[in-house]
Amino acid sequence: MPKPEILDPQGKAVQGALPRLGFTGVTDVRQGKRFEIEIDGEVTDAVIAEVEKMAETLLSNPVIENYTVSVEGQQ
Amino acid sequence: MKVGVVTFPGSLDDVDAQRAVRIGGNEAVALWHGDADLKGVDAVVLPGGFSYGDYLRCGAISRFAPVMEKVVEAANGGMPVLGICNGFQILCESHLLPGALIRNDHRKFVCRDQLLRIENATTPWTSAYTQGQEIRIVLKNGEGGFVADAETLARIEGEGQVVARYLELNPNGSLNDIAGVTNERGNVVGLMPHPEHAVEELTGSGLDGLGFFTSLVEKTFA
Repeated sequence: MPKPEILDPQGKAVQGALPRLGFTGVTDVRQGKRFEIEIDGEVTDAVIAEVEKMAETLLSNPVIENYTVSVEGQQ
Repeated sequence: MKVGVVTFPGSLDDVDAQRAVRIGGNEAVALWHGDADLKGVDAVVLPGGFSYGDYLRCGAISRFAPVMEKVVEAANGGMPVLGICNGFQILCESHLLPGALIRNDHRKFVCRDQLLRIENATTPWTSAYTQGQEIRIVLKNGEGGFVADAETLARIEGEGQVVARYLELNPNGSLNDIAGVTNERGNVVGLMPHPEHAVEELTGSGLDGLGFFTSLVEKTFA
């Protein structure tokens, strides 16, 4: 997600469109990215640490974005 | 001097940049993103365009191109590096320059002849200008809003790392009207507008951009 202090022009565009469609009461919209990363095998702490590293190195720019890593159900 | 110009997949202004390098009195050397080889150049230009389709974030994937490993290494060793537009974005993503570039605040692509003030005429890319000199060159970008946290902004302002500032109007929402910055050492410069498009009367808005390409020689022989 863009950090709170960073302007998010895309979020502003979405926020501007909502009232035009009749959706009221929205005070702010911020737009981010979601990456779904599939891992072979068990999701251990070491694997999560590796994904955190991916997030920090490539998937996000820490200068302007925050990220969170979460594990979802196995398939 | 031999000045390398890197071509990434999606670079647009690499040939113009090579031409500007030659008009500026230096030898242009084509560098390829996939080669971890700077071919013995003395300086590097990262040109404008949409490298790797601007996927993920502008410059985010180019940063990890094989040639960039060498560029980062050389820049940290003091080699002059100039990033124009997409090149500026790549330098910020590489953490060679402070801050980042985000989508224009007005959300539209902008293309105009832009008045700038040179704020730092001591870098190897701006020494042909005088401090405070006003130049007009083309600006064309969709994601040219320069941002940094308050602490970083105060630091680069205090240390004279702002190289150029927008005059008349702020075309993209850049904080403090910043159009270009340099690193602490002063050898790496990023600029959002395009000096390489203003080096010939026939095809440009004037000759105001030429200084970015003649400065190298003047610096070397100064």
